[in-house]
Amino acid sequence: MTELLVGKSMKRKEDQRLLTGRGRYVDDIRRPGESHAYFVRSPHAHAEIRSVKKDAALASPGVLGVFTGKDIQRDNWGSIPCGWVVTDRYGKPHKAVPHYALTPDKARYVGDHVAVVVAETYAQARDAAELIEIDYHELPPVIDLATAMSGAQIHDLAPQNLCYDWELGEQAEIDAVFARAHHVASLDLVNNRLAPSPMEPRAALAEYDPAQESYTLWSTSQNPHMLRWMLSENVSGIPETKLRVISPDVGGGFGMKIYCYPEETTCLWLSKQVGRPVRWTGDRSESFLADAHGRDHRTRVELALDDKGIFLGLKVDTVANMGAYLSNYATSIPTYFYATLLAGCYKTPVIHCDVKAVFTNTSPVDAYRGAGRPEAAYLIERIIDVAAMEMGVDPIELRRRNFIKPADFPYQTPVHLIYDIGDYDASLDEALRMIDYAGFPARKAESKSRGKLRGIGVACYIEACGVAPSQLIGKMGAGAGLWESAQVRFNVTGTAFVLTGTHGHGQGHETTFGQIVADMFGIPIEHVELVHGDTSQVPMGMGTYGSRSLAVGGSAIVRAAEKVIAKGHKIAAHMLEAAENDVEYARGWYSVPGTNRKVKLTDVAKKAYIPVDYPVGLEPGLDETAFYDPANFTYPAGAHIAEVEIDPETGTLKIVDWVAVDDFGKVINPMIVEGQIHGGLAQGIGQAILENVVYDSETGQLLSGSFMDYAMPRADDFPNFKVGYTETPCTHNPLGAKGAGEAGAIASPPALINAISNALGIRHIDMPATPQRIWRAARAAGAADAQKE
Amino acid sequence: MYNFTYSNPEMLSDAEHLLGTGESPTLLAGGQTLLPTLKLRLAQHSSLVDLGRIVALKGIVAEGSCLRIGAMTTHWEVASSATVAAAIPALSQLAGMIGDPQVRHRGTIGGSVANNDPSADYPAGCLGLGATIHTNRRDISADDFFVGMFETALENGEIITALSFPVPEVATYVKYPNPASRYALVGVMVSKGVSGIRVAVTGAGNAGVFRDTAIEAALQKNFVADAVPESGVSEDTLMSDMHAAADYRKHLIAVMARRAVAAATS
Amino acid sequence: MRRITMTVNGREITCEVEERLLLVQFLRETLKLTGTHVGCDTSQCGVCVVHVDGQSIKSCSMLAVQADGRSVTTIEGLMKDGEMHPMQAAFHDQHGLQCGFCTPGMVMSAIDLLQKNPDPTEQEIREWLEGNLCRCTGYHNIVKAVRQAATAISRQGEART
Repeated sequence: MTELLVGKSMKRKEDQRLLTGRGRYVDDIRRPGESHAYFVRSPHAHAEIRSVKKDAALASPGVLGVFTGKDIQRDNWGSIPCGWVVTDRYGKPHKAVPHYALTPDKARYVGDHVAVVVAETYAQARDAAELIEIDYHELPPVIDLATAMSGAQIHDLAPQNLCYDWELGEQAEIDAVFARAHHVASLDLVNNRLAPSPMEPRAALAEYDPAQESYTLWSTSQNPHMLRWMLSENVSGIPETKLRVISPDVGGGFGMKIYCYPEETTCLWLSKQVGRPVRWTGDRSESFLADAHGRDHRTRVELALDDKGIFLGLKVDTVANMGAYLSNYATSIPTYFYATLLAGCYKTPVIHCDVKAVFTNTSPVDAYRGAGRPEAAYLIERIIDVAAMEMGVDPIELRRRNFIKPADFPYQTPVHLIYDIGDYDASLDEALRMIDYAGFPARKAESKSRGKLRGIGVACYIEACGVAPSQLIGKMGAGAGLWESAQVRFNVTGTAFVLTGTHGHGQGHETTFGQIVADMFGIPIEHVELVHGDTSQVPMGMGTYGSRSLAVGGSAIVRAAEKVIAKGHKIAAHMLEAAENDVEYARGWYSVPGTNRKVKLTDVAKKAYIPVDYPVGLEPGLDETAFYDPANFTYPAGAHIAEVEIDPETGTLKIVDWVAVDDFGKVINPMIVEGQIHGGLAQGIGQAILENVVYDSETGQLLSGSFMDYAMPRADDFPNFKVGYTETPCTHNPLGAKGAGEAGAIASPPALINAISNALGIRHIDMPATPQRIWRAARAAGAADAQKE
Repeated sequence: MYNFTYSNPEMLSDAEHLLGTGESPTLLAGGQTLLPTLKLRLAQHSSLVDLGRIVALKGIVAEGSCLRIGAMTTHWEVASSATVAAAIPALSQLAGMIGDPQVRHRGTIGGSVANNDPSADYPAGCLGLGATIHTNRRDISADDFFVGMFETALENGEIITALSFPVPEVATYVKYPNPASRYALVGVMVSKGVSGIRVAVTGAGNAGVFRDTAIEAALQKNFVADAVPESGVSEDTLMSDMHAAADYRKHLIAVMARRAVAAATS
Repeated sequence: MRRITMTVNGREITCEVEERLLLVQFLRETLKLTGTHVGCDTSQCGVCVVHVDGQSIKSCSMLAVQADGRSVTTIEGLMKDGEMHPMQAAFHDQHGLQCGFCTPGMVMSAIDLLQKNPDPTEQEIREWLEGNLCRCTGYHNIVKAVRQAATAISRQGEART
């Protein structure tokens, strides 16, 4: 019998093509007769479009057409939707402002799509674009989140630029708790705006086939089926049967490639309009301007504690930036993926959260790796350290006193969610051991002898992953169910196709899912072929995000494979001339216990397709589909510890050590999971110390518009990461898996800011904690110390 | 990128001629700034005259107490040259800090100096070591060469052919990189030698590279790290941007200078 | 337009190209060698790194006409006799890639490092990769892969001598 693959660090099936230059990304695909689109973007943050003169551009060499939003509107193409309705504190739905692929009336951010040129070559399209004359009437831009509600109105539908004012929890209850608190710690903080920046820029290629009246769209999408649905139902009216969306190899997404974007929508429309395939590949400048950004909150957080340091209540007041339009899921991120996580790992009995989502003249903001959960973890883990400092309690001890303990599960939080399982002390213990926490004072003293400030910071996070139980999110306003589907199909020769509605763009699904199926069927992993990213091949799907692929998509695969095995059981019983009840199945073999009679699943599969001698009444074929809708979210959790050393003279930060201990439940491929942690850490550390999207507060021009000014983490910014695991298997899915994609990005910002604050002996420093900010903080702290002495 | 014509002459005289032809010709040296600029359509030129094939513009020679580096010598060649390392290790060090390895493989000393980016490293190297910039027409001292941000004393049609660096007694370059671009947020070249004590600062000044005369004066009296005072320049003359305000840059000038002197004297 | 001749992955190629055509566009659009990618427009990300006359360069910051008469190696030219280059093999072994988009440039850059420094320390590897951005891996496994390749290549060398 072959060795079990689940739990092993199998090397990846997808590597061969990617390592030899044979990956197939959207921009690598060429279609005969293809033309090129170039988007004319608004140079102004907020301006009325009074007129667009196309003549000169139309006369430019190679130009096939020049179009504006009015042209698309004439074809009755609708607005790109926001699929999650958030009901505000007064019972009203959020302001669903329109978002057209090309804006017909007004430019609402620098980079907004005003017109498009299609030409034989990219250079010709770009040359012609410069000849278009657009008469703008500039309006005052609304940039600063703090004053956005009193700025010029961006959308007719949204007075005060307010998308919604939303509340979770009872005001009276939280007020009562705070009134009897022994201590209240409070903090104002910023969760900085980020540019997700996968290395592959977004791209689209659309082709119309007049014979079939059908469209094909190649897109750098994390969820091709969802894109097809939105384009079909909300935007174009093209029936789903006439629209094929293909996501081939995709060069990273991190949430940013979930959404339906103006560029691909426009290309789709253009393909019929110009009667040629139309290609667009964003350059990095366009990515910075018009990719959905992440985070961007301003928050006041207050924690009420009793005299023993027990948490009594948490009060959170957040202003969240939506940007100029609502991206597909923007409304849900600062509400149901944020406020519902505010219990963290703790038994805080009363929680109140107020969120005002506002429009500004900036790029739309939506989910980015972690999506709401990093914002929640950050403020919880920060305010705990502040409270510990103010009360003179060890921050680790304070956490332990308030942890939800293993005996408390399932645990109903005051903010909707029911955690199924976890052991937060176990992760923390292991992390403390791995970093030699006890040895820290000696290391700190050694640093001090060299004039350096050493600090250590802990963050214990929890996240809700495996998105998502459809009924629960439906009650929260989601317009879609977040089940996943899978089809498992045996071929005659004993190989199997696995079709999944998730999409891999770096996560190694071909390998991980292959391991699961190979084990279940007792066949080599090479005989399992994963099919994803094509709506014409995969029946249905909801895509990849929210650490859902394994927990939800993998579970669907298990269910479909179980159906295959169950049907095979009937065939095997016939072949073994035994009663079904007398046949047992284990890893590729059906057998009759107590006899030497057995038959291989692969032979059963062959029989299913050559049903000559076959059970009466049974359908031929071995091809099963399953839909899996999770019963609950999964709750990965863990403890991360950062140790840093600061040069107070320059503000230079060195991360000297990093320990990540995570509980992802059952792990299928530890190598891949570890890679996910590393990547998440890099993005979280990037947020904490390097990355920041900055708009000029007066003009709305994007100042961090390239890698020259947006600080992407590089290899020498990081130490080697130490990764450890604890394991409490998820209780409600067949794999026991919780999901691992986002943890690193959630845990690392608070761990690092806690470490920096610890090193400097200060309450708080805002992200990104750049050398300049650290230098200022160190200087202020030094001056304060000097005063004390 | 707008279209242009391209030539790559083998003789300097041909390059001179081509540079005088057409509407808006320009020289292409390593292209590590020019090509991205053209790609982003931030500049338009009728023709590019590529200096890459002119052998006379390449090479590193130690001439007595002087190091002569051809304008088309790449950063990589300077950083890995045994001749440079023996004569002026500070210059190897500086060249090894420019951009990244791939940029160093293409970028040239002449191109960098002619571009005079206010955050580039070579301008500090030239000014801090008292270099002479040789052109097809004349020799220009570094003190006269760097005129302002992206501005130099070069006239139309003038081509840098080589740079000469007097070998100093001691010199060190210390750079505090911009966390995003890795250009100098502040870079300081300190040297002591025939051209006196020089402290040249890049990355900080509104008008590009400059000499910090207050620090030079203090070091004149006592060339030790502890003698380095706060920078003498007014914050008004320093850049303030999203990465660093003028006061932080000013502070870093002194810190970098101190570290440079400490390294030079250790 | 200008006529150029260069050797790409061992094959001599002559073409008429527009002067403004970048080397990376020439490779991708003209020669259909799409393993070399484009990820930025400020020559910082390094997904376009190829070798020109054995030296790693950013093919987005070089004109195709500048490569006239030169020898270019791309990721597609690394396999020998159906075997991956030790650097490619090391990236596979150490899980040094996820989405794969930065990988070709990363591999080409890392190979050049080992040409210049056959036994680099971890810190030297991290510093060398300054011009190669990766958004997926946190670089951890890339550094391990380069170390593995260094060992493998030096063993190969020993075996030959």
